[in-house]
Amino acid sequence: MMIWIIVKVALRSLWANRMRSVLAMLGIIIGVTAVIFVLALVAAAKANMMGRISAMGTNLLVVSPGQRGTGGVMSGQQQNLTLDDAEALIKKVSQIRDLAPVVRGSVQAKHLGKNARTSLMGTSVTYFPIRNFEIEKGRLFNDAECDAMSRVAVIGSTTAENLFGQEAACNEFIKLNGINFRVIGVLKSKGDQGWFNPDDQVLIPYSVAMKQVVGIDYLNEIDIRANSETELATIQDLATKLLRKRHHLQDDLDNDFNIRNQAEILQMADNMNHILALLAGGIASISLLVGGIGIMNIMLVTVTERTRENGVRKAIGAKDRDILRQFLIEAVIMSASGGVIGVLAGLVLAAILSMATTLQATVTSFSIALGLGFSMSVGIFFGYYPARRAAKLNPIDALRYE
Amino acid sequence: MAMIQAQDIVKAYELGGQIVRALDGVSLHIDAGEMIAVRGPSGSGKSTLMNILGCLDTPDSGQYVLAGEDVSKLSGNRLAEIRNQRIGFVFQTFNLLPRMSALENVELPLLYAGRQAEARAAAIRALQTVALEDRMHHQPNQLSGGQRQRVSIARAIVTDPAIVLADEPTGALDSHTGAEIMQLFRNLNRQGRTIIVVTHDPAIARYCRREIYLCDGRVAVPPVPLELAAGVAP
Repeated sequence: MMIWIIVKVALRSLWANRMRSVLAMLGIIIGVTAVIFVLALVAAAKANMMGRISAMGTNLLVVSPGQRGTGGVMSGQQQNLTLDDAEALIKKVSQIRDLAPVVRGSVQAKHLGKNARTSLMGTSVTYFPIRNFEIEKGRLFNDAECDAMSRVAVIGSTTAENLFGQEAACNEFIKLNGINFRVIGVLKSKGDQGWFNPDDQVLIPYSVAMKQVVGIDYLNEIDIRANSETELATIQDLATKLLRKRHHLQDDLDNDFNIRNQAEILQMADNMNHILALLAGGIASISLLVGGIGIMNIMLVTVTERTRENGVRKAIGAKDRDILRQFLIEAVIMSASGGVIGVLAGLVLAAILSMATTLQATVTSFSIALGLGFSMSVGIFFGYYPARRAAKLNPIDALRYE
Repeated sequence: MAMIQAQDIVKAYELGGQIVRALDGVSLHIDAGEMIAVRGPSGSGKSTLMNILGCLDTPDSGQYVLAGEDVSKLSGNRLAEIRNQRIGFVFQTFNLLPRMSALENVELPLLYAGRQAEARAAAIRALQTVALEDRMHHQPNQLSGGQRQRVSIARAIVTDPAIVLADEPTGALDSHTGAEIMQLFRNLNRQGRTIIVVTHDPAIARYCRREIYLCDGRVAVPPVPLELAAGVAP
């Protein structure tokens, strides 16, 4: 029998029980929507994270102190990373292009009546190019100001807005923990990174930060920039050896510092995305399974309801495979339309997400194909058993069925 | 010419642990162009005989030759083909398919036969034969009982089968409509169709020229012989 006649009959029967058909499709709709939407979300999150990681700076190595404590007990950072370490690194490891010492703190910033809690970054002028910061207004501080311990500050765009509103910030004075600093520049916005907002910070010379504001004689971080990505591993290796030697670590002791390169950070982000995608896949498979069972259930009901009709069809010459096809196609139409609706719903959700947030959730043709393919297979897989049951009916019993 | 040649047909069922021989050696012979009644009280085996004559079932033993072909030991799908090509069924409760117009119902056997190209024209011709061409786009639930039975007769003859097998064709109709339907069968018979009517009702059997009376699974002599119609309507 021609396929379009089977499809016509299937559509009529589904339409005659439209409420039931839609309810049976619901599981598939939800499953496919989840597949499409979550895949778009994961891809968007990944692109976003990659963008931000590279915004942090390229060819970057970050040296930080190790954790204090032994075994599983961690109790804060060690205080063993010093300015001398930073100087030794730049002198002895020739592959290093430049580096920036970093001390961090948290300060209360004041300007006239305005008051804001913000993060403090004490560093050198090299920090700005290493971390891809650009100046919007005014200028950066220079090495001379670092050496002279000048009280000058470069502030992030959010901080500027918090303290100055729409007014010009340059050459105004702000108080950081009670000490006067002259604002000499405002940075270009980089956008919130979720765990930390680079636009809400005050950057001052490391010398001033260490001696006068935070009051520490060690560094929280050393940022190293290589000339190219290929040199990252060499630098990491040489820097590790140098720091071990400087920290007098015996061969059997672990490093008391960490050196992370950007590739590792990207790798971590990638792993996280991978886990997210697996999780989404798991949820989607479960809902597609539930959807499939829903379709099987309804198909079994339909097959039973149409027992007599099947008997008549067989009496007038339908073969087993004619009946099988009829019900299989009904199941596939149901699951495939569920898939189509799910794809559309996923597209709408992704569009809403893109409009409502800064994430760019794009649905790929791969995920559409995946959603449709999965829903079709679910229809075939779960429709086969009911269809076979209908096909194997004995026509005499079927005709006698009330 | 023999259209149906059945020899020693035996069919037994298990019913509540007991073996019931529904047909216990039935032999019969029906010529092409006959209109014949299969009659008997309930439990006489007429349904079982109809199932076997209609190729819905196969006998446990014995031979059934339909239009020159031995169909006693065919597989399910082959039997479906035989039913499609050689047999037209008319049921007591019409058994038209819902959600399909009269025309589509009548087309269906041809579609199962893979004869799509001619289906529409043949179905219209069959509906003209039963004088229902003006109702062909109606759905079964928009038709009266008599009209539905005429649609199902059209469906039975659309493939131009060797035999038309009617199982209590007037059982769900009032006596006036029933008479019309039986008259329609007689007209079809006059056009040369072989018609077998299974019934318990002597009044219906009287429309036929010959009857086979079944009792306890065997062909028997009816307790009261019928005065069968000799080509004249009662």
